[in-house]
Amino acid sequence: MARTPTTTDAFSAVAEASRRDLLDAIGTGEVTVGELVDRVGLSQPQVSKHLGVLRAVGLVLVRVDGRHHWYRVNGPELQPIHDWVRHFERTWNTRLDRLDDLLAELQAPEERP
Amino acid sequence: MTSIGNRHGSAVITLPSDTDYLVTRAFDAPAKLVFDALTTPELVQRWWGFETSEWLVCEIDLRVGGQWRYVIRERDMEVGFHGEYRELNGPHRMVWTEMYEGVPDPGPENYPVCTATLDEVDGVTTMTLHVRHTSKEERDAVLATGMESGMQVSYDRLEDLVQQAA
Repeated sequence: MARTPTTTDAFSAVAEASRRDLLDAIGTGEVTVGELVDRVGLSQPQVSKHLGVLRAVGLVLVRVDGRHHWYRVNGPELQPIHDWVRHFERTWNTRLDRLDDLLAELQAPEERP
Repeated sequence: MTSIGNRHGSAVITLPSDTDYLVTRAFDAPAKLVFDALTTPELVQRWWGFETSEWLVCEIDLRVGGQWRYVIRERDMEVGFHGEYRELNGPHRMVWTEMYEGVPDPGPENYPVCTATLDEVDGVTTMTLHVRHTSKEERDAVLATGMESGMQVSYDRLEDLVQQAA
């Protein structure tokens, strides 16, 4: 079966803006498809399609309660993405801390002539 | 008294849109000095890259339309970037393009565009670096690495979600 590049893992799943909007809309709560349709302004089929992708990669979990399906974010699966953002921030910090040190050095009075 | 390192680790990354990111960092230095550190080869070589980097090329033609190129050797790997200065309003604003040389060249019109603004208040200069990827193809090439997509999720929201749900 052909691999679909947008659905193979959590990283590629969130490359799609609508899915990031959905994750934001679900937030830290538990919501139904109907509530998500209201919150993100997509049609029900679109929301269902994106939720299907997010479920397939494990970023979203579902709980069935009678006639309702309740969706929530699966935090641990988001962790690798979160860690990568942190890594990116660390890389920038390393570079800018060196600039910080240089600026301090350039402004420091000559200590040992 | 000069205190070194009290702002270490304070750079903040935010994500204003799908194609952009922002880096914000304050420095205890006048804007003029920060601008010089960004645009003078002798100074660039003292902070850009890594402590262990060997500099091979550091060329800066500081005028609008002028080219720049940095190449360092890091653990037997040559890492190069180059681009063009688009706007130079020192010491408060500059715009340039910046292309990593380790991937196929998309042509200068598709290089990511960086805008740095330097705001000085009471001797503290806040640098805001705005990086905008310029085409879908170029952005998708980065997305295909499976890396930058993570960056495009709103960082603060993500942190809330991870902490709440972990």
